[in-house]
Amino acid sequence: MAKVKGTVVVDVERCKGCDLCVVSCPCDVLELQAREVNEKGYHYVFMKNEDACIGCANCGYVCPDGCLTVYRQKG
Amino acid sequence: MSTSIIDPKNLVYAKPVLMNETQMHYCPGCSHGVVHKLVAEVIDEMGLKEITIGIAPVGCAVFAYDYLDIDWQEAAHGRAPALATAVKRLNPDKMVFTYQGDGDLAAIGTAETIHAANRGENIAIIFINNGIYGMTGGQMAPTTLMNMKTSTTPNGRDTHENGYPLKITDLLAQLPGVCLATRHSVHTAGAVKKAKRMIAKAFQNSLDGKGTSIVEIVSTCSAGWKMSPAGANDWMVENMFPVYPMGDIKNI
Repeated sequence: MAKVKGTVVVDVERCKGCDLCVVSCPCDVLELQAREVNEKGYHYVFMKNEDACIGCANCGYVCPDGCLTVYRQKG
Repeated sequence: MSTSIIDPKNLVYAKPVLMNETQMHYCPGCSHGVVHKLVAEVIDEMGLKEITIGIAPVGCAVFAYDYLDIDWQEAAHGRAPALATAVKRLNPDKMVFTYQGDGDLAAIGTAETIHAANRGENIAIIFINNGIYGMTGGQMAPTTLMNMKTSTTPNGRDTHENGYPLKITDLLAQLPGVCLATRHSVHTAGAVKKAKRMIAKAFQNSLDGKGTSIVEIVSTCSAGWKMSPAGANDWMVENMFPVYPMGDIKNI
């Protein structure tokens, strides 16, 4: 079965580290930075587990600040 | 792997084009941001950018006009449906919607809301219900749940002293001027998609002159409820949904 691969691009400066995308992800791809912060001092989100992303865009739908762009590719 | 995927043809989700680059002032995890995105997406997909006039409220969403690139008017506290009435009557071809919180719509603006709906004004009302006055510091609102702790009811809302949660969408559904009264949430991707469909229906009703449409979004206020954003979502499902059940109350 061809695996669907996805990826998430984070607008780091828009992210407020609310964690909602992390909770919504069915594949445990995202995580908040433990130490790094953006200019406003928020622990922004990053892809902890890039290979597991299926590009379902659940994170994008629930993100209140529109900081996530999601891409998906078959094969 | 990642670099080859990042290509416009593989794009499945991005910030709506009508939402500008201004950083929103909302607290982390606030439902307002998601609903703003839905409004922007629906207006863009329906091609209504040039004929939409939004009415911004007083409350947390008072700066809504800074974030979405459409025409806006700012109303006095609670008077958004009255202003929307004027705008729609003077511009019958425009799609007019109000965006209001529960303190705005269900407290100070109750009279304007009920009478606009009773006149069957051809406007759409997006109603954000988080059961609290978010902007002013988490005071009790008419929509506050029974026994819910707020900054003005630190021991919980007491029904003998403070009455009962006001289900204003249920009240409005009784009026013949209302064509759509529905309640949704935006805490999961599935819920977001459902809410978006109903916002689109409400906007179409405004264009078709079918009457007043109310789309209530049961929301969280993590700062006012003093919870994490994810914890507030769980609390909302557990406590808000039994009082404010999801789904259509009226849809004709």
